[in-house]
Amino acid sequence: MSVLKFFNGKRKEAADNKADADRGIMVFESTSEVIQAENSLKREGWEVRVMGPPPEIQTGCDLVIEFPLIEELNILRMLEKEGNPPLEVVPVTNPLLSPVDLFHVKDFGEYLMVRAANMKLTVEKSTGNIVNVSGGGCPDVPYLACKMVGQTLADAPSPREIGHTLCGYALQLAFEEAQRQCSR
Amino acid sequence: MLSIAGTVPSEEFPVVCGEITLSGDTVRIDGRSVAVNRGTTALMAASIATAEALGLPAPFGFLAGDIGLGKGSRKLYKYLTDYLPDSSFRTLTFHYLQPIVHWHERLQETLQKMNETPTLIADAGFMYAAKMSGQSSLYDLFTPDLGELAFLADEKAPHPFYTRGFILHDENRVPDLIERAYAHNNAARFLLVKGRQDCLADRHGILEQVDSPVEEALEAMGGTGDTLTGIVSALINSGMAIERATVVAMKTNRLAGQYAQPTPATQIMEVIRYIPQALSAVLEKGI
Repeated sequence: MSVLKFFNGKRKEAADNKADADRGIMVFESTSEVIQAENSLKREGWEVRVMGPPPEIQTGCDLVIEFPLIEELNILRMLEKEGNPPLEVVPVTNPLLSPVDLFHVKDFGEYLMVRAANMKLTVEKSTGNIVNVSGGGCPDVPYLACKMVGQTLADAPSPREIGHTLCGYALQLAFEEAQRQCSR
Repeated sequence: MLSIAGTVPSEEFPVVCGEITLSGDTVRIDGRSVAVNRGTTALMAASIATAEALGLPAPFGFLAGDIGLGKGSRKLYKYLTDYLPDSSFRTLTFHYLQPIVHWHERLQETLQKMNETPTLIADAGFMYAAKMSGQSSLYDLFTPDLGELAFLADEKAPHPFYTRGFILHDENRVPDLIERAYAHNNAARFLLVKGRQDCLADRHGILEQVDSPVEEALEAMGGTGDTLTGIVSALINSGMAIERATVVAMKTNRLAGQYAQPTPATQIMEVIRYIPQALSAVLEKGI
């Protein structure tokens, strides 16, 4: 079994858990809206990070987007144009929680299992077929499993596109790593 | 009676409740059939198989459709807060619900007002909500896997996704993680930790461990943790003490897995079929 980092060194350095007065966070109604906003902002080249919310606004299954406060107006304008504005924007005053950044790869011979946080994805190495999805506790896990198991890594829908929770987000990381591992 | 609450991966599926039975590869509830693959239906199927093998009545189920948006979960939380005060379940198991702290707290208020508080078991998203609410100690049994145990041990993490890196998901550290989870009051009265070695623990530490038979492929399969929670729920509801029920369940789940001769591609229904045979072996032959 190997233990790897999700992110390269540069990104890891940037993920240091320090409060930063020039950063703000955007709070959304649901995790799926966070994922949608993250996709849009990264596509446009903004330097944003998905992080855990501060304790005072945690509801249980949350992500927030950390962004450079100086770009607030531009970012809000873009998200409003896309019909996905945040519920609230607040400055970062305390360290934010970082997502788990370790994953495990286990080789079963014909099969490869990748675990990211609490989610596991297993593929058949010769075909790239996703044969199992396990772990997690949020309701989109069985949904994602139904949609992905039996598909190849190339054809399966991405958890980023159809998932809605933190477990879905973790599965996306496992999915990306499985793609990397199987393309070697 | 045992009651199980959770969700199924469908947006259209309404809130339903009723006796649950197994028909082929589906769970039947309130005139509907739901495929057993993983998640709450796997838990239900395992509990039905266990109850049948023990000659006990079929469990009762509460289900709602939810694909992760939380809509079905919210409806189910509401339904349960309305329904449970007039019920008399002996054991209640909560499973795949969106972890929503304020709804968990409302449901706990309801549970505490029941004439006789049932034995409370939590797994998956509902266990996350219980921990986030700071109300873990109100539960009799949590059934985390190793990653979820690390989450319980991390007093700051609101979800396993945020478990801090220094709290590694390392099988060798299970005793430390258990101790830390209890130190911060983030564990139920008992913990059944699912892993290479399944173990039962309370705040004094590990009480029992089961590590055989070993089927490596089970780690990759979706639903093996759900079946273990289903088996132990039915056993506890039968009147068996939690300490014994967890050991019997851990052995039964492993043995059923071995009987299924799994590969990492095997689906969970293949294991569920062998639960009666495995339970019989454990109870009668002491395997």
